[in-house]
Amino acid sequence: MENFLEFLFAGLVNGAIYALIALGFMIIYNATGVINFAQGEFVMLGAMLTASLTGKFHFPLLLMLPIVLVFVALIGALTERLTIYPAREASPLILIIITIGVSILLKGLAMFVWGKDPLPVKAFIPGGPYHFLGATLPPQGVLILLVTVLAFLTTEAFFRFTLWGKAMRACAYNRLGARVIGINISNLTCISFALSAALSGLAGIIISPLTFATYDMGTMLGLKGFSAAVFGGLGSAAGAFCGGLILGVLETLSAGYLSSAYKDAVAFLLLLMVLFVRPEGLLSLKTAEKL
Amino acid sequence: MRKIALLFLLGIFLFLFSFQALAKEPYRIGALFSVTGPTSFIGDPEKKTLEMLVDEINKAGGINGHPLKLYLYDTQGDETLTVKKFVRLVVQDKVLAVIGPSRTGTSLAVAPLAERYRVPLISCAAGIKIVEPVKPYVFKTAQSDRLAVKKIYAYCVRQGIKKVAILTVSNGFGQSGRQELKRLAPQYGIEIVADELFGPKDVDMKPQLIKIRKTEAQAIICWGTNPGPAIVAKNMRELGMKQKLFMSHGVASKRFIELAGEAAEGIILPAGKLIVANELPDSDPQKALLLSYIERYKARYGKAPSSFGGHAYDAFLLLKEALIKAGADKAKIREALENIKGLKGIHGVFNMTPQDHNGLSEKEAFVLVEIRGGDFHLLKE
Repeated sequence: MENFLEFLFAGLVNGAIYALIALGFMIIYNATGVINFAQGEFVMLGAMLTASLTGKFHFPLLLMLPIVLVFVALIGALTERLTIYPAREASPLILIIITIGVSILLKGLAMFVWGKDPLPVKAFIPGGPYHFLGATLPPQGVLILLVTVLAFLTTEAFFRFTLWGKAMRACAYNRLGARVIGINISNLTCISFALSAALSGLAGIIISPLTFATYDMGTMLGLKGFSAAVFGGLGSAAGAFCGGLILGVLETLSAGYLSSAYKDAVAFLLLLMVLFVRPEGLLSLKTAEKL
Repeated sequence: MRKIALLFLLGIFLFLFSFQALAKEPYRIGALFSVTGPTSFIGDPEKKTLEMLVDEINKAGGINGHPLKLYLYDTQGDETLTVKKFVRLVVQDKVLAVIGPSRTGTSLAVAPLAERYRVPLISCAAGIKIVEPVKPYVFKTAQSDRLAVKKIYAYCVRQGIKKVAILTVSNGFGQSGRQELKRLAPQYGIEIVADELFGPKDVDMKPQLIKIRKTEAQAIICWGTNPGPAIVAKNMRELGMKQKLFMSHGVASKRFIELAGEAAEGIILPAGKLIVANELPDSDPQKALLLSYIERYKARYGKAPSSFGGHAYDAFLLLKEALIKAGADKAKIREALENIKGLKGIHGVFNMTPQDHNGLSEKEAFVLVEIRGGDFHLLKE
């Protein structure tokens, strides 16, 4: 198992991105029962805005971060108000198809605004790689891991300790019951879209120095994040978080030890096998099955 | 009264007739480019270049006194649409020859039709399958990947590099390059010690590079189009790898340097002469043409031409040469195209033969350039 540490680290960094996107899927799914296929586009928007703000307008990092997050959250809320809210009485299947439409729209708009070429983004932390136990760890990767863990803990705290978070969990357990005890489902849905978009936007920000920003980068990332969310069981933040990390590590290890040509295939095959044994996902709440 | 009217009509008729006789029947030429769609970055400069050239030649009195009439359609890079437009060019517009299409896929789609209708087709795409096996009516101007691979390998041999690792993108461009890299390696005494792939949308190539680092590879050859290769360059820096990095001509644009930033420094790649036209020695047979193309294109469109525009330029030069010799006869145009020798174009000197319908050699078609100080510079060989 040569270079295991390096593969593991690269995998965790990739997985952290998937985990953030999976968290976004999970939040919207729990609040509304809808799989939001425009999730990847929020990642793209985060990356694109980062490229514009830092590249063209030279915003400092700490100023750029809240601006991008708020902007992407607003887009998320707007998406919900303009597309999901008017069709709220429709079945989840129709809502899911609406999100696919939103995804195509956002991608098209991004192409018009930013063009088709990838945009460069400078590294947030300058300097060369760190050396640790004979492995080389890139500083940007360390940053991604730290930010993801922080974002996960914040989300988890939001669900456990705030009224809105608790309301969302209540809604996930029993929608009708939640409405009966006076929870405003409509506002809740809107907030869940904003929160979910902000998390994906964050993923876009921290990944942009590594992958650059391209108008069509969201589709593949969204798909990976979705797989991670399903893998984790779609029910809990911990599930989405672990699902993302595991998918990332699986991918990297199969590229490193098996074949780089089939790395996606190997990772997804393992995912399928796990789901075959545990169809409800790795860390799912019992109630998630019902939703 | 009736007599006068008749004479008057006759006069008009004669006048119109003589007017037509003065300006000879125009030569109709067709063009198919992906002006819009995902490959518009290829088709757009091709369209602009061709329109510029046709205007210029018509102002200068046309070919053999015949003005050119250009029928240009947008294929959107789509095979089905390309086939439709090709049939329209041949059946309705009755063109003598077709320039384009822009992509290898669309070119292969219309190649059998060019054979069936016996219309010379000069493709602007790179895929070697377009002219191999040779089809009598199909030609192409873009350099094949094979020439780029030969250029890199010859340099490796001169530098004493014997073991290389290849890292290719898993799409048509990357896999065509991979095939040539593997096929030609033994001829140059080069051993490929690692053969890794990455997806066109992959965000991290570190696993592949860590694997390569374990091998004895002295150099890494990466074959892809943006943004993948820029990520590879950055990942190598992150891993502290010091091997020589070669790229393909697929990233021979400023955009790559912008993306890779610092990590682009020292990378060597084969590229058409257009991007280093200023640095070419004055003895270079293409230098004057290259500089004039850049200047005319800039004057008309306000920015420098890309290498893709050069492929349309070369196709036009070939067709012009053939039309001068053959006139308005498709079979004769084909024959003339096949026998063009020593034609100096943007991307090389064309020497067509019945066996080679591309007519380029690696000597002129590519130069090796090195990225230094954020720009491409001619590598002295």
